[in-house]
Amino acid sequence: MKYISEFRDRKVAEKLVAEIRREAEDFREGCIRIMEVCGTHTMTIGKFGIRKILPESIRLLSGPGCPVCVTPDTYMDTAIKLSRMKDTVIATFGDMMRVPGSFSSLEKEKAEGARIEVIYSPLDAVDIADRHPGQGVILLGIGFETTVPAVALAIKRADEQKKRNFCVLSGHKLIPPAMAALLQDRDVRIDGFLCPGHVSTVIGSHPYEFIPQRYKIPCVIGGFEPVDILQSILMLVRKIARHEEPSVEIQYKRIVKSEGNIKARNIIDDIFCRTDSEWRGIGNIKDSGLAIRKRYKFLDAEKRFPVAVKRSGRRTSCICGDILKGKKTPAECRLFGRSCTPENPVGPCMVSSEGTCAAFYKYEGMR
Amino acid sequence: MCLAVPMKVKKVLEENTAIAEFGSITKNVNIQLLDGVKAGDYLIVHAGIAIEKLDPGEAERMLELLGTLEK
Amino acid sequence: MKSEKILLSHGSGGRSMHSLIKNIFVKHFDSATLKELEDSAVLDISYAGSELCFTTDSYTVDPLFFPGGDIGKLAVCGTVNDISVMGAIPLFLSCGIIVEEGLETGLLERIAESMAGTARKAGVEIVTGDFKVVEKGKADRIFINTSGIGIRRRKTKTGRKLIKPGDKVIINGTIGEHELAVLSARNSFGITTGIRSDCAPLNGLIREILKASDRVRFMRDPTRGGIAATLNEIVEDSDRGILLYENEIPVTAKVSSLCEMLGFDPLYLANEGKVIVVCGSKDTCKVLTAMKKHPFGRKSAIIGEVVRDPEGKVIMETLAGSHRIVEMLSGSQLPRIC
Repeated sequence: MKYISEFRDRKVAEKLVAEIRREAEDFREGCIRIMEVCGTHTMTIGKFGIRKILPESIRLLSGPGCPVCVTPDTYMDTAIKLSRMKDTVIATFGDMMRVPGSFSSLEKEKAEGARIEVIYSPLDAVDIADRHPGQGVILLGIGFETTVPAVALAIKRADEQKKRNFCVLSGHKLIPPAMAALLQDRDVRIDGFLCPGHVSTVIGSHPYEFIPQRYKIPCVIGGFEPVDILQSILMLVRKIARHEEPSVEIQYKRIVKSEGNIKARNIIDDIFCRTDSEWRGIGNIKDSGLAIRKRYKFLDAEKRFPVAVKRSGRRTSCICGDILKGKKTPAECRLFGRSCTPENPVGPCMVSSEGTCAAFYKYEGMR
Repeated sequence: MCLAVPMKVKKVLEENTAIAEFGSITKNVNIQLLDGVKAGDYLIVHAGIAIEKLDPGEAERMLELLGTLEK
Repeated sequence: MKSEKILLSHGSGGRSMHSLIKNIFVKHFDSATLKELEDSAVLDISYAGSELCFTTDSYTVDPLFFPGGDIGKLAVCGTVNDISVMGAIPLFLSCGIIVEEGLETGLLERIAESMAGTARKAGVEIVTGDFKVVEKGKADRIFINTSGIGIRRRKTKTGRKLIKPGDKVIINGTIGEHELAVLSARNSFGITTGIRSDCAPLNGLIREILKASDRVRFMRDPTRGGIAATLNEIVEDSDRGILLYENEIPVTAKVSSLCEMLGFDPLYLANEGKVIVVCGSKDTCKVLTAMKKHPFGRKSAIIGEVVRDPEGKVIMETLAGSHRIVEMLSGSQLPRIC
């Protein structure tokens, strides 16, 4: 697989690990804590066992990088109620099927007869609306800035074709505001950020500038293969161990430009505006979500089908909030691997296959 | 939140679409977010949409640099 | 008069049912025993020093026909393979069919033809069966159950308890094709793959394996849940573990590529023409050579070994050189964007 296999080369990975060891050797100020904020980074780190080959002085933390995990109960409950409406098809990414709301899940609703279609692309949802003019298609818009342009294109297409049987329930969230919220928590200690390569393909490197400027923490925008992740860690460790001036660097240069994809951002701005958003496990973060603009209100499921949902009063011993902020690891949660497993997830970090707890359970074993 | 693969453009069709290939799997890909796409380009494709072109020069440069690392 | 669609009356026990059974099942299955249409098939199995092996399985798949196979072929291969992996020779199959009212008769005949052809190639006979029709909406087009009987020489012993550290884990070819072929036929997500199911009867291959070595400890076919499920089943609750080598696991480029695009892991994908063989290290070469000579074993490979530690778990040496756990799958894989 061109441009993938070369970045999985074992010999290169070993050399990078050796370099990281050399740089970290002389760092005497305790361990170096690097946080990634992308579910795909969480997965790759788990899948390739990267934690195990790094020196003990380097701690890899998983932040709130899983959009499925941070989707609140209120969104899922709304989606489930919409799925129960007559002549309705819910179009969703596969990631959402097993996410529990406060009383059900899409998977359970499908077993009860609800029309729920798993799609690979948001444009497929517009095709479903085409093929079934008598059905109302509601696309669940979940995902960070990588996915938002695709959903925006779907809304644009439906608008241009004046489709009346298609709309989107937006649950989109933005990464930089979440990173800012994390950094405002005094208990959170992060020495470096591994920034999400594909989100950055859209937004560029400038939105992260506040992190080195205000908080003196270096950032590296990294790709997703083991060699990319190791090289990104090396770049961060060098900055930290050598006490160099922190900045935002791009490791994933073959894809990411510092200005990002302007066309993609323009279409996002056309369709969406910023709004406050609830992040499961963290709480409300100002201007961290996207709502569909008024001029596209016929394509906004929230406006077309207002549904009353109660805020969930569930209280559990789940410590996902602390795990999402990198304050604790899954192993430190009493429920992990016992009452909270991938088959029966209690908290958001176990719900999605690339949530921190799910990745730990799947790849690191139960420890 | 970033599952995307590098796909090689086989043919650009009209209507903002291209036929692209990844390891002998082919798919129609939306190229509305990019300019000047042509056959032979590598695109990063997420959820059926190409979000950027891959720069082969940068890829080669990085691989060369990695090749010079000591053991 | 031949009906285009299966009607409720075809399952009622009367003339139309008898006519259908004669013209489709008896005609194609070509068994002297079945032709008698008695209530049970009486079979001569007076082999001295043998054990009887008996299994059953039910089949439902959507769509009914997919690249590389169909529900009929699956129903024969699945049961033939369940007997073969016990070290037994499969001989006779039964076939119970439940059809939803309205199914095209021509489709039923195609399925019967496929079952007959597969049984012939596998050297087994379908000797008895049953046929029912239910009202529209009470079944998903067609359900098939096949039960199978085989014979095993008493001295052939296989079992999980025989597995020792140092034993090797072998597979007869590339993984993941069946599940992806069915998935692509159901909903291709606009992706053209050309992936075909690996559905195949493995009794011939397994016969060669057992001829080559008497150190075969255990065999199992990795169907739903993929090789991850099967390997975990092998060591679960035991004091052995399995170490897999990611580099050695045979996967075609098409399967790898589709997995990358949709976020699937080939270790968890169902196969219908694969067998995992655990054998003593002294005989690994012999077994591998014998497997590679067979058409269903050309891409055989040693993918791992039995280890003392970690107990009851499967770990894998990844492409990056480190180890990770391979757990059983929770739920089914769905295309991801994350």
